[in-house]
Amino acid sequence: MTLPFILFFVLALTAIGGALLLILAREPIHSALSLILVMMSLAGLYLMLGAEFVAAVQIIVYAGAIMVLFVFVIMLLNAGVEERTEYSKIAKYVGIPLGLLLLLDLAHGMAHSLMGRAPANGAGSANVMVSTRDLSLQLFQKYLFPFEATSILILIAILGALVLAKRDE
Amino acid sequence: MTPFPSEQIENFHRLAPEIILCAFGIVIMVADAFVQAAHKRALGWLAFIGALGGLLGVHFMAHDPGNAYSNLIRADSFSIFVHLVVMGAAALAILGSFNYLDEENIQRGEYYALVLFATAGMGILAGANELVTAFIGLEMSSISTYVLAGFRRKAIKSNEASLKYFVLGSFATAFFLYGIAMVYGATGTTRIDLIADALQKMMADQGQVASLAILGLALMFVGLGFKVVVAPFQVYAPDVYEGSPTPVTALLASGPKAATFAVMLRIFYVSFGTAGNFWFWAVWISAVLTMIVGNFAALVQTNVKRMLAYSSIAHAGYILVAFAAGTDIGIAAVLFYLAAYALMKIGAFLVIAHLGQPGEKRLEITDYAGLGGRQPVLAICFSLFLLSLLGLPATGGFLGKLFAFQAALDSKVVWLVVIAAINSVIGAYYYLRVIVAMYFWEPSKEYLPSKVAPTLAFALAIAAVGTLYLGIFPARVLELAKVAADSIYLR
Repeated sequence: MTLPFILFFVLALTAIGGALLLILAREPIHSALSLILVMMSLAGLYLMLGAEFVAAVQIIVYAGAIMVLFVFVIMLLNAGVEERTEYSKIAKYVGIPLGLLLLLDLAHGMAHSLMGRAPANGAGSANVMVSTRDLSLQLFQKYLFPFEATSILILIAILGALVLAKRDE
Repeated sequence: MTPFPSEQIENFHRLAPEIILCAFGIVIMVADAFVQAAHKRALGWLAFIGALGGLLGVHFMAHDPGNAYSNLIRADSFSIFVHLVVMGAAALAILGSFNYLDEENIQRGEYYALVLFATAGMGILAGANELVTAFIGLEMSSISTYVLAGFRRKAIKSNEASLKYFVLGSFATAFFLYGIAMVYGATGTTRIDLIADALQKMMADQGQVASLAILGLALMFVGLGFKVVVAPFQVYAPDVYEGSPTPVTALLASGPKAATFAVMLRIFYVSFGTAGNFWFWAVWISAVLTMIVGNFAALVQTNVKRMLAYSSIAHAGYILVAFAAGTDIGIAAVLFYLAAYALMKIGAFLVIAHLGQPGEKRLEITDYAGLGGRQPVLAICFSLFLLSLLGLPATGGFLGKLFAFQAALDSKVVWLVVIAAINSVIGAYYYLRVIVAMYFWEPSKEYLPSKVAPTLAFALAIAAVGTLYLGIFPARVLELAKVAADSIYLR
């Protein structure tokens, strides 16, 4: 039992617990706060994998900006306690078993693919340190094109918001 | 320090269509601020020139094929073929939009800019040699079309279409993204050609492909299957197609479908084709479901626009029949089908856009009664598109189906072809019903369709001539499709 091992389980269980709380909480604000918990523990996991840049972005963008947005929306809409209707029968008898099946399948697939051998090319591997410098070199050289195309994508999103929300003259 | 990779800049002409389209899109956005409301149509013409400029850009691409931007983008014959289909579809949709937007009183520059950006996204999809790039292209085309679907802001159906498309579309995109992550986890790369190498090595070393990669492929099939509207991911399509402004529906049914099928071909054939055809049954089952759902639901529709929405689901099924072939001939058949399908579907939807009248009130089959006597030329055009969708000889639709079925038969996928043939016969009923209504039903007295505007007439003429050309002289386009199919595997 090394320290990283214990730390991993603490963070992973916090993330799962937060995620469960997120969907089970009845107050929207509780859901939002548990989402922050999930984001922060994921940031911790990224940090343990040596991805300090992703961890920082995770905190700044998700736990910071996006969560502030969520909280503002909840506040402005004045959302009260969620009303629970009877669960849909399909969700109960088909959805939950299928979800569990998917979980088992994914777990099996990942375990099968990754167990007993080094991950290919260092993908998802903890022993390859990726510095922010490496990341930026990749981003601005090899992946320059998708990076630039993203700016058009954001432009489209702004234009779309404008079209759908603008008041008629 | 690594030197700045200047070769990336030198290859920019291989992205000429996208650069031209985005430039025109931005110019339209800026010009929109200075153009008075009465002259907004000029922006439409600018967009049309932009789409033609995109076609010109394809010429630059074809002049010097190869890879661009550290091999993330391929400018091969395959990409060129799909580019031509997508840009042509965009140009026709823009031409068909002028009068529609006037009638609906939504003549605005943003509409044209979004169409051009969407088309640029489809172009990126067609040329993507890397999954993250493909994802950005997919999002560019998707987000633009989410907004375009809701462009009739005062129509509740249009709002519904936009919201439904956005929520479910984002969900589907998440599947695609998760699939990419898994494939990357299994193979260590997101390059489409390198995934093939990694999987082949895996086969050689372990005798099987990692289940993580297969799971990833399954998730990508969900994401992309949603965008090309195949069952069981088709539920949203009738509402979205019906609620969107009709010229947007024309674009939706042709452009994104062609581009997404293109990237599907690359992923399934190049990345996952060489290491065993384990996706065959998924495609087989999906094809059967798609054809049956599309055709049977179309049978009971009285709203012509909605009927054509179901028909476009059925056609995605026929394309999957060619897809299931798994051979070069299969790729060529898919490409030919996409070209023929784009022409006839745009033509049919533009006719509906014209007959719909302000507010899209006239969409029922009874509104088409007696059109043959009132507007003979328009009725002949519409009949041609419907007969082509049905698959009558001497039309592009017939040869598209023929090549698709032939490709499947060559690969011994006999039962699928039998089911597809039965479905084509069922489909004949609902196409012929509209034609019967146009020529043999008593025209309604209170409704007189308006005259066809010159721009729309021009767009319809191009679609009609194209449909006939593909039906009577298919050799040239088929040859291009075959060259395109061969180029997909080249390194």
